[in-house]
Amino acid sequence: MHAAILVFPGSNCDRDLAVAFERAGARVTMVWHKDTDLPAGVDLVGVPGGFSYGDYLRCGAIAANSPICRAMVGHAGRGGYVLGICNGFQILTETGLLPGALLRNAGLKYVCKPVALRVATAESAFTRGYREGETITVPVAHHDGNYVADPAVLDRLEAEDRVAFTYVGNPNGSARDIAGVLSENRRVLGMMPHPERMAEPAHGGTDGAAMFAALVRDLAHA
Amino acid sequence: MKARVHVMLKTGVLDPQGEAVRHALGQMGFDGVRSVRQGKVIELDLEETDEETARETVTRMCERLLANTVIESYTVELV
Repeated sequence: MHAAILVFPGSNCDRDLAVAFERAGARVTMVWHKDTDLPAGVDLVGVPGGFSYGDYLRCGAIAANSPICRAMVGHAGRGGYVLGICNGFQILTETGLLPGALLRNAGLKYVCKPVALRVATAESAFTRGYREGETITVPVAHHDGNYVADPAVLDRLEAEDRVAFTYVGNPNGSARDIAGVLSENRRVLGMMPHPERMAEPAHGGTDGAAMFAALVRDLAHA
Repeated sequence: MKARVHVMLKTGVLDPQGEAVRHALGQMGFDGVRSVRQGKVIELDLEETDEETARETVTRMCERLLANTVIESYTVELV
């Protein structure tokens, strides 16, 4: 399985994400935001957390219009896999690959703590390593993680089983406790919590590791 | 030609920052503020001299970058 991790000015979880994929057995290539093409044969694009372009204008807005994101949108359009975490999730909503948007946290404060997540669906390459309904603990670290979308869009996400994770104790005001959503073809996942920061014992927990293990296993045969 | 773009959260989208400002105003003794909505103003200095073309171009800028139309509305003013 070959993963490309995008690197923007201000990304700060790119190497953590690369390590999580490498430890799960993936081959990882870091790709700079000014590149116009992804490496040949990439199975999955990882869009990391951080503060791309200093969060100027809106979180993720400028990154979403960078040359490499045009290539990423093309990759997704061809049925490729994309995983966006934290700022990566914000970027994916800004590109339109995922519905909704991430607003300032309802409590206005930056929230940085481990949170309990409910695995809302195991029906995706990202969540197949979990049991549906299982509770896992993964950290969040964001100021703008308050997921919003039209009620009709939220209804559709729920009806199509596209909510991947929900918060057990909502830390940011997200609509319907949504922590992560899948695209229509279930191959693009955006989530605010950081599974890559809970992927080996030294992190204090390994609940995130199953995501990377399942992706590497599934996409090796893709 | 200069353009001024106002970007606001759409009606119905909760604005936690505006709400915090409203709360602070109340605590300072400014009673009677029913609600506060916070947005942004973006000023552009354009080479374009034709009003209609400028308006159309800035509108495209808004749709593609300056506003996120999922949550924000915008107005374009030429000055």
